This record gives sequence, structure tokens and C-alpha cells, in this order.
Amino acid sequence: MVVQLLRRTAVFAVSLAVATVAVFAFMTVLPGDPARVALGVNATEEAVAATRAEFGTDRPLAVQYADWVSGLPVGDFGRSYVTDTEIGPQILDRLLVTTWLVLAGTAVAVVVAVPLGIAAAVLHRRAGGALISGFSQVGVAVPSFIAGILLVTVFAVRLGWLPSGGWTPPAQDPVEFLRRLALPALALGLVQGAVLTRYVRSAVLDVLREDYLRTARAKGLTPIRALLRHGLRNAAVPVVTVLGLQLATLLIGAVVVERVFVIPGLGSLLLDGVANRDLLLVQGVVVVLVLAVLVVNFLVDVAYTVLDPRLRRAG
Amino acid sequence: MTVLTVENLHVGTDDLALVSDVSFTLAAGERVGLIGESGSGKSLTAAAVMGLLPEGVHATGSVRLHGVPHDLVGASERQLAAVRGNALTMVFQEPMTALNPAMRVGDQVAEVMLLHGTRPDRTAARAAAVDLLAQVRLPEPERTARAYPHQLSGGQRQRVMIAIALANGPSVLLADEPTTALDVTVQAQVLDLVLTGVAERGAALLFITHDLAVVATVCERVLVMYGGRVVEAGPVREVFTRPRHPYTRGLLDASDLTSANGRLRTIPGTVPAAGRFPAGCVFRNRCPRATGACATLPAWTDGAAGGGFACWHPVAADG
Repeated sequence: MVVQLLRRTAVFAVSLAVATVAVFAFMTVLPGDPARVALGVNATEEAVAATRAEFGTDRPLAVQYADWVSGLPVGDFGRSYVTDTEIGPQILDRLLVTTWLVLAGTAVAVVVAVPLGIAAAVLHRRAGGALISGFSQVGVAVPSFIAGILLVTVFAVRLGWLPSGGWTPPAQDPVEFLRRLALPALALGLVQGAVLTRYVRSAVLDVLREDYLRTARAKGLTPIRALLRHGLRNAAVPVVTVLGLQLATLLIGAVVVERVFVIPGLGSLLLDGVANRDLLLVQGVVVVLVLAVLVVNFLVDVAYTVLDPRLRRAG
Repeated sequence: MTVLTVENLHVGTDDLALVSDVSFTLAAGERVGLIGESGSGKSLTAAAVMGLLPEGVHATGSVRLHGVPHDLVGASERQLAAVRGNALTMVFQEPMTALNPAMRVGDQVAEVMLLHGTRPDRTAARAAAVDLLAQVRLPEPERTARAYPHQLSGGQRQRVMIAIALANGPSVLLADEPTTALDVTVQAQVLDLVLTGVAERGAALLFITHDLAVVATVCERVLVMYGGRVVEAGPVREVFTRPRHPYTRGLLDASDLTSANGRLRTIPGTVPAAGRFPAGCVFRNRCPRATGACATLPAWTDGAAGGGFACWHPVAADG
């Protein structure tokens, strides 16, 4: 168990290191010298050289990389070339907002998918199961920004129940926080929930065919109780895998949904950075997104060993 | 005293008949063998008695268990759940996949007692589970109780299944080829555990097997199934020494390794696919004695010593 954890941690660290190199390399290869972008096309060579020296982009790439990457562990992402502000605090602020959004979206997805997926599997030969499968098929086809716009149209514009956008931090006003979180979380979560429903259904269908479920019934459990007590934990392994992959998708989905709902999250920060050619900011946000995906994968691996004793090894 | 009465049991899907008109009884403490080739309906019969038929397969007829006021055929899942694992238990053929991989085996044994309330609480059930694991002669029962199924061998897992089946002192145990998937070296030990277990509890045993030698040594009565029908039944000594049905004759010949000129004897032809047996006598397309009369379903003939057979042209009683 300990050895496995150490091995996983090592894999995690190496992946992260490789990712920082890749992100840095991409940003360097992109055309556009930050100094020229900052000064405009009419700047003199001397002025550009002076600005390069100020930004530190005249140094060798290896030195620039080392300088940038050594700041990351302490949250120092450098100073923006464009806005001349510290990037770290901005990312932290925005990360918190996006984390709320993604967690709420995941919660919606799980709350929708687990009961519906189980029902679809148990009823797979009846109309109810086909109905759920049909709905999830439709849900899969709807992009989250369309879902977002539909939700805004119905619940914010027509019914006026919830605000159509904006953000309130939970510490400031918890009720308003939830009201503003509800629609974007639904937009993200319902679509992911539709996808997840299909995976829950097929995982549960697989488990229903297992011999140990027959054993559970032979012991005196009704079919539903046998599934709940002996089936779900075994069905959870493939579902957690998909959920991990979906969290990465949710981060991408959040970029779009944040635009639709005017939420100051990491996604809008990334889009602002791209629009302003703020390379260092984009670089920082992308690294944080990569880190988030790696953390999720790490947690998924740990979840496997908790769920399935066969994956634990002595040592 | 009769503990299990099966009458006119039919099992089938919407368009296929898989088991037809099976009737038998088990007396308390009696050991009855159920033999026949693969595909003759033995396992389906057991599954129908347990009410554990696959989806889309239905049973009609009557299955009555002593002490249970209702018929098991057509009973609700809730009614069946109260009987299964308690008065009526089963050991399956494949031990490798029969246990929940994500649950400690001690908990899986304890669960069956907690479900039926035969132990007052979790602690008592756990202690009883360790006791049962010792009874099925698993090494270090305390430690084994904390193991997960993947840490045990096939033979050890089957011992756990036997412990589960015996935990609540059943009146009937159905054993569906419990040793077929095991190494030859542990088959005898596991068989012995089943026999000791039912003997100590006075339980009746329905033993499904391909192994006629085991039936001859272990069982008092035997039912021979072919094509979803019981074609011959009776005391083991009678059926095995003076078989009347040509199919029984064929099975006995095929399992006799000492006879002939060193060549194994077989029953000609193969078992038809499920539900595709001929009308009339199900064995007639493979039977050396078949005639035109066999197109009509043979009636049950009571034989000597409480047995019987279903054949128009039985093998001579002295042959």
C-alpha cells in the first residue's frame, strides 16, 4: 500500500515536470515577442531590447524556464507582461471559483446519473429503462453552453426564479452564492450526468450478470438489496474511471459555461489572457489546469485501491 | 418426513420448453443424486427450485418446502428471500466467481446469519462465521475471515460457499456440481465437507453431478435426467445395477472405464441444443432401441423397489 502510494506520487511528480516543460515550450514557440507586443510596432530596437531585459526574455530559454518553474511551488507565476500585475493571486482567486463550479457540476452529474443509471439497468427490458436511455442519449448530444442558454431562458428570463449570471463568494452571502451557482452547475452537470448515466447503466448491467450477485440472492437478499449491498461497490470502479475523465472535460466545459454565466473563473481568465496576448498568464493558467487533471487522476488511482481489494498489494 | 416436494415442474422461455414435468421428493436427511449429460436440465431444475432462474426463463408447477406455507413457484421475491439461505440453500459449480470480490469472506459468511436473524448481532455472527470456517477446515479461520476472496484458492473459496450454505442449518441443500471446477486432489475433501455438513444438520441433499461413482458411494436415490425430463429414478443400487432406460444404460456404459477392448464407450450422437429435443421420447433420436412407438411420449412405469422409468422399450430387468 505504502510502496504503491510512493510509486504513484513519483509518477505524478514526473508527469507534472514534463507538463511544465511542454507548456513552456508551446508558449515559447508561439510567434509574437512579448516585448514587441507590449511596445507596439513603431518601437525602436533599443526600446525593445530594454523591455526584453526588463521582462527577462533576453536570457537563454533554459534560464527562463528554470526561473519560471522554480516560482510555481510557492505560487509565484511571474508578473504579467501586459497588465504588470502578479499572476499568482489572480489564478488562485479564479481557481477557487472554478473549483466550486466544477464540484457543484460533478455533484449534479452524480446525483442525476447514479439513480437513473441503476434504474435504467434494472429496468433494461422494460419501457422505463428505454426511456431513461433515450433521455441520456439526448443529453449527450446537447453541449453545455446550449444547456446553459436554455436554463437561463427558462429559469432566469421566463420564470425569474434565479439570476442569469454573476458570482457571489460563499463567505459574503451563502444564499446568493447558491442561487448564482445553481444554473451554471446544472448546465455543466446535467450534460455530464447524461453521459455518466450511460456508464453507470452498463457497469450495473455487467454486475447484474455476476455470479456473486446470484450468491447474494441465494443467501436471501432480494434482487434490489443484492445489487445495493454487493453490486454497487463493484460497479463503482469503471464509473469512477469515467468520472475522473469527465472532471477533465468539466474543466473545459467550465471555460465555456463561465462565459455564458459571466462568472469570474479560471476559464474566463484564460480567455482574457488569450485575447490580450498575455502569454505568461495563459502559461500559468494552463499549468494549473494540467495540475488539476493530474490531481484528479491521482485521486482516481487511490479510489481504485479503496474500492477494489484485488488492486491492493502487500508491501 | 418429506422436506421438499417438486411436482410437475416445467421450466422454459416464452417459446422453448427446457425442463418438462419434473416431479420428485426429498426426505429429511436423504441424499439424492441428479445425473445426466450437460444440457439435460439438471442445473435449471435446481435453479427453479431456488427461484433463481435467469431473466426470461419461467417456471410453472409446484415446489413445496416443509415449514413454508406457500408454494415456492410463483412466490414473491420477498417471500423467496426469507427461505433462500435459511431453510433452502445452494452451492454452485464455479467457486472462483461466486463470492463478492470486494467483501471480506468472514463478513460474507456472517451476512447470511444476520439476514435471517439466526445470530443476535454482528459480533455473534462474526464469531459464528469464524467457527464455520473452522468447520469447513480452512486453515487459520480467524485470519481467513479477514481475507478477501482473491487471496483464497478455488478449493478454499468453495469451502467458504459451503460454510455459507450450512450457516443457518438448512433443511435442504442443493449442490450443483460443487467439485467439478476443483483440482482432483481436493474434490474428495470438499465432497466430504458437504456430506458431513448435511449429516450433522439432518439436511436433505440434492447432489447434481456427472460423476456416477460419487453418486454410487454417496447417494441413496438417483434421478436420471435427459432432455429436460426425468427418464429414470430409483434407489442407486437398483438403477445402477439394473438400469431400465436405454439412456441410463448408456451413461453407465460410458462411465465404465474397465470394460471392452480398452476403448471408451460413448452414447452415439450429441445432446441437442436447449429446447430442441424431439417430440415424444426425448432420447429417441440417439436411442438404439427406438421405434415408431417412441414418437409418443412414454408413460411413467413404476419399477421394482420404488423406482420407475419412462420408456416404451426398456432394457430387460435382468440385463
